[in-house]
Amino acid sequence: MNGPVSRHPGDARAEILERLRAALADRPPVPDVPRAYRRAPEHGVDVVALFASQVADYRATVHRTDPGGVARVISDVLEARGARRVVVPAGMPDAWLRDARVERLTDDPPLASATLDGADAVVTGCALAIAETGTIVLDGGPGQGRRALSLVPDVHLCVVEAGRIVGTVPEAIAALRPVRPLTWISGPSATSDIELNRVEGVHGPRTLHVVIVEETPGA
Amino acid sequence: MTAPDRELQPLAPQPLAPPEPGARGRAGRPFEPIPTYAGTPPFPRAARAALADTRLRANLQRATATIRAKRARAVAERDDWEALRLAGAAIKNEVLHDLPALLVQLERAVTDAGGTVHWARDAAEANAIVTRIVREHGATEVVKVKSMATEEIELNEALAEAGIAAWETDLAELIVQLGHDLPSHILVPAIHRNRAEIREIFRREMALAGRPAPDDLSDEPRELAEAARLHLREKFLRARVAVSGANFAIAETGTIAVVESEGNGRMCLTLPEVLITVMGIEKLLPRWQDLEVFLQLLPRSATAERMNPYTSMWTGVTPGDGPQAFHLVLLDNGRSDVLSDPVGRQALRCIRCSACLNVCPVYERVGGRAYGSVYPGPIGAILTPQLRGIVRHPVDAQTASLPYASSLCGACFEVCPVRIDIPGVLVHLRAQVVRQHPMGPHVPEPDELVLGVASWVMERPRRLSIAERAAGLAGRVVARRGGRIGALRGPWPVSAWFGERDLPAPARESFRAWWRRVGRGGAGSTPSGQERSRQGRAPEDAP
Ligand code: SF4
Repeated sequence: MNGPVSRHPGDARAEILERLRAALADRPPVPDVPRAYRRAPEHGVDVVALFASQVADYRATVHRTDPGGVARVISDVLEARGARRVVVPAGMPDAWLRDARVERLTDDPPLASATLDGADAVVTGCALAIAETGTIVLDGGPGQGRRALSLVPDVHLCVVEAGRIVGTVPEAIAALRPVRPLTWISGPSATSDIELNRVEGVHGPRTLHVVIVEETPGA
Repeated sequence: MTAPDRELQPLAPQPLAPPEPGARGRAGRPFEPIPTYAGTPPFPRAARAALADTRLRANLQRATATIRAKRARAVAERDDWEALRLAGAAIKNEVLHDLPALLVQLERAVTDAGGTVHWARDAAEANAIVTRIVREHGATEVVKVKSMATEEIELNEALAEAGIAAWETDLAELIVQLGHDLPSHILVPAIHRNRAEIREIFRREMALAGRPAPDDLSDEPRELAEAARLHLREKFLRARVAVSGANFAIAETGTIAVVESEGNGRMCLTLPEVLITVMGIEKLLPRWQDLEVFLQLLPRSATAERMNPYTSMWTGVTPGDGPQAFHLVLLDNGRSDVLSDPVGRQALRCIRCSACLNVCPVYERVGGRAYGSVYPGPIGAILTPQLRGIVRHPVDAQTASLPYASSLCGACFEVCPVRIDIPGVLVHLRAQVVRQHPMGPHVPEPDELVLGVASWVMERPRRLSIAERAAGLAGRVVARRGGRIGALRGPWPVSAWFGERDLPAPARESFRAWWRRVGRGGAGSTPSGQERSRQGRAPEDAP
């Protein structure tokens, strides 16, 4: 597969496109795509409960609370983790960190990578979440920050308001536009590369806490 | 991003003395020849060697059995799995049949979003483009996230020759790289190494490449992963250029998606100033919406998860977030040849999930390296010969033997998320090999019979079990009365399978029945008897 050094300098783009057109000389038809797969969650599914159980399946820690309880949960988690220096992206509701007695690292001016590496935790919101797959999607919007902020610290605490939870992957794709970078997170970083033993945490945050906020929290 | 720390420069990649002719520098390890697939013997011989390696087989069997069972559960969870497969296959056919226009659309979208698009006809051109970009940014090292395309073009070797160190950052790829080794599986490339070996590799090699492993490193997977985390974090934080592959590229929006587990991908895609993505031209999807199909098909087929831990998507350059220079290299390197074959082109639908490897009885026994290519297993058996130009001209013996590295049992088609008819393409390529080697012995009629049966079968997978019994019959015809095949020599390169010694004739039972009976055989069993008989039977007991 390693061809010789190209003997025909010149326009690689034109040549590749020409080769491809020649390869398709038989003019195979461009098919219509059958989309008979499911777009909505199965009938009667409680998407919040489903999301909570799928996230827990990835060995992330799930907390369920009401809007008044978010600050307490966050400060408890940070304290239990011994987190002192915590990254706080711009646009996060003040109320969320009301109770946390920590040093807040804000990204204005941008934090150096080494500083991020020295942070104990990061708290973010999310763009949306997907129940069937237990996935959180970040899009860099308010309370989420640029991608490095939610990547480098070892503990990621993500607040998911119940109204942001959709049922399925197709519903998520329909709601998202990729104008900004997207990060889909399903559980903590993991590898099974050593004798197929699952190890949580290689490079991304090794600990993921998901705080689900709803008016009437379920169990 | 922070400036690179002077004290943390990698080991000088420059040679200290002129290298031996033919020797190539290795990232950080001057003069050590880098293992390549060149010189792999034809599949039958390589397979025999792999069969003799009982530990490799034990690891592989455990791994593939585990992943097979998990995948089956993950797929069973979705009542619309078949509908997703049909959509996946149709979307990829749309891509292939409309490829020139979609590539131009992608190029425009990426460019509009602040990226730069490059076109590479072959490996050398792609490597030259990447090398030039790295040099333009004054970097002497890059961090890499696993990518089949860059393995295919042997980018690391090309960069090493240019004095640029390329650091692999997937845990398994790190193990392979530090062990001066070749990967053996698409998804678990270090499957041939056990924990004790990994500890030894880390203790011996990490210090030579950067941050050393701790003195008291044990062979606990958790500790080994921690050592890798610390070793690589140093590299992530200082690297200025990253190289990635792409799982998907959306023509409509110019968005690239990379699917991963460990977070090293996010590190590479986020922290450096410059990102270079090398992508085979078939990796396209027409619309943003199409991701809803592939983000369901790929994780369940690959790692048997509802969703993999991390998926990153980006569109060109985003001010203030991530790399501020983005280069996309579109790679042909034989793909236009594959596209020119109306039967074989479906191999380009492949999304590299590796499900077909994990169900393949041949792969499970011989491992990835016997295939002599970065693409092992059933997909390698159909893709590699086509990428090497079998459509246009005769190929070398190793390449020509690959379409015979299969029993045509059909399991690969059943699991393939984009419904590639791998057995059908194998039969098609075998016919090609036979046509291209008129100097080989005359094709015996029973083989022709079996080939014919195989293609008939594959039009309708349900015919398989009927045909398997028929093939058992045909095989016994080949074996004639003595119960040995030795007297008969198949067409080249089939003859390679029989060249060395007489092999037992096919058993009376079908391949699948045989596999069900002995395929779960003890990991420690020796590669004699049953395996040899299967190995010898593979070509002619086709279906
Ligand atoms: S051929 Fe199909 S099953 Fe095999 S790796 Fe490709 S997509 Fe997966």
